[in-house]
Amino acid sequence: MSRFFIFLIPVVVIAVFWVMSRYEAKGRHDPTRKSFLERNGTVLGIVFIGLVAFWTLFLVALPYLYMVQESFHPKLPPLKRGGPDDFLTLEQYRSFFVEPSSGDWNTNHMSAFVFSILASVGVTALNFAICYPLAYYMAQAGTAQKVRLLMLGLIVPYWVNEILRAFSLRLLLASKGLINQAIMALGISDTPIDFLGTDTGLYVGLSYAYLLVMIFPLYNAIESLDKNQIEAARDLGAPWWRIHKEVVMPYAKPGIASGCTMVFMLSAGSLAAPLFLGGPNTLWFTAIVYDFFFQAFNWPRGAAYAFILLAACIFFVMAMLRLFKVSLGETIR
Amino acid sequence: MSSKFVMKGMIGFYVFLFFAYLFGPLLVMSITAFNTPNYPQAYPFEAFTFDWFVKLWNHRAMMEGLHNSIIIGVGVVAVSVPIGLAASIVMNQIYHRARGLYYLVTVSPVLTPGVIIGISTVIFWKDMMGLTDVTKGLFYKGIVLTILGQSSFIAAYCLLIIMARLQRFDRAQEEAALDLGASYPQVFWHILLPFLKPALISAAVIAFLSSFENYNTTTFAILADKTLVTVLAGEVRQGTTPALSALAVIIIGFTLVGAIIYEIMRRREERVAADRARAAREAERQDLGAGALAVQAA
Repeated sequence: MSRFFIFLIPVVVIAVFWVMSRYEAKGRHDPTRKSFLERNGTVLGIVFIGLVAFWTLFLVALPYLYMVQESFHPKLPPLKRGGPDDFLTLEQYRSFFVEPSSGDWNTNHMSAFVFSILASVGVTALNFAICYPLAYYMAQAGTAQKVRLLMLGLIVPYWVNEILRAFSLRLLLASKGLINQAIMALGISDTPIDFLGTDTGLYVGLSYAYLLVMIFPLYNAIESLDKNQIEAARDLGAPWWRIHKEVVMPYAKPGIASGCTMVFMLSAGSLAAPLFLGGPNTLWFTAIVYDFFFQAFNWPRGAAYAFILLAACIFFVMAMLRLFKVSLGETIR
Repeated sequence: MSSKFVMKGMIGFYVFLFFAYLFGPLLVMSITAFNTPNYPQAYPFEAFTFDWFVKLWNHRAMMEGLHNSIIIGVGVVAVSVPIGLAASIVMNQIYHRARGLYYLVTVSPVLTPGVIIGISTVIFWKDMMGLTDVTKGLFYKGIVLTILGQSSFIAAYCLLIIMARLQRFDRAQEEAALDLGASYPQVFWHILLPFLKPALISAAVIAFLSSFENYNTTTFAILADKTLVTVLAGEVRQGTTPALSALAVIIIGFTLVGAIIYEIMRRREERVAADRARAAREAERQDLGAGALAVQAA
């Protein structure tokens, strides 16, 4: 089957690196250098390489590559796959811009895409604003005992899964929920406020789900900052906001980039919060992908949309990292 | 003085607000689990009941999902911890020009949206296992695919956890063992593995918990089967029942117990470490004393 040509890609990449390593080993003769198998024993060495190869090839690289090539195929019933109708096509990507059934611009999906990206950016900014003060307090001002307690307090709600956390927010924000009860009892409004229909629930849900993902990288980055630097800035008469802008934030930049990247990627790819907290007219991009798989059974188009999302996320994150001059290696720790 | 006092009060208030945001929804949900009305309601509190816990226990699909979730969790631990261990050792020894690419490939699943991991797993393995009827019958199952899909990113978590400890490994220990005639596999089994044990245990715990609560990847990879979380998602989509709150109460309870045990263990460990440090200081002082005596005697 033509689909299996993707197996060649990792084979070629590995071969190139193998040849390069041979070449380098020959050029620099070092008698103390041992091969991987010598250093770990033959059996263990083979087991290690086998495990890593299985993971990087069969669980990571090949599925991604396979999904990408699937998105360049038409939607076919199983029997016709590999037959004469099974040619390479850009139809699935075209359908993102032009709806195939009507020939009009596919504004529905394009606006859902833009909305998902913008909302994720908004949620990322919101979470940064909420988490930064606490992370700073924990890293610089709190005593060790207090910090450990706060840490535990942060981790406990995190182990309640995403669905139940969305459910708990729905209970609070529903028209019969506690917040609306309070609003009506206080006489602020006579009718319940529709938090879920106006997407407030969605934003709160996304922010709530990924608070921790923001706070830990920030804390780790700020924690290693020498207190004397802050003292020095203060002694020189810097107001508090300048201390943050010119001392703490530049120092914590890798942590900030890491937290923001993670929150953005998780929000853009989230499924639970949009499904359970989004308004009835809200279209989240991953929910569209979900429907292609489970309602339309159009896997190639779903794969194409998934790839569009992935490419957009990667592009966006790379652009931000470039903008803030942080390398990818610093981001993932 | 007074401005400092105000500042402190404001920070305290902020921390309070933050944790109210974090715990408030969970607290309200927990109250609804013990209230009688059919619609989960925290106020007015009508009457205390355990009915919703009984309903939860009798919920067939949820119990079946729980069973599958545990099998998947154990499977994911069995697959990802060894992979994480092997990958961290390879990371340390790999040909240095390949390291950048290797790093990129191994950590990319952490950043990839879970939905995409789920989709790619299903598309790839459907064709892979569909090659022969035997493999299709044996392996093309929701549980197997979910283990494979989840392991792809959970193995990366394990790699990062184990790497962090491996970097603190003192190579002199390895060299000493080799000088004393140990073989490389012996060094691995008797020196490296015991050193990595705490990291391996925390990797296993994190792997199980991440697998247990995962939704995005699982919802695609599980096919026609179900896990606790996918059943839960179906229930939340259909409507709301206090039985879900009851489940949340149980999970929160387990987490709290775990957190308390962890805290107690940490404190005990610290006390042991402090005792040991004191004993060492004591011994050192005695050594010095003995040395002084010896000098005097000479």
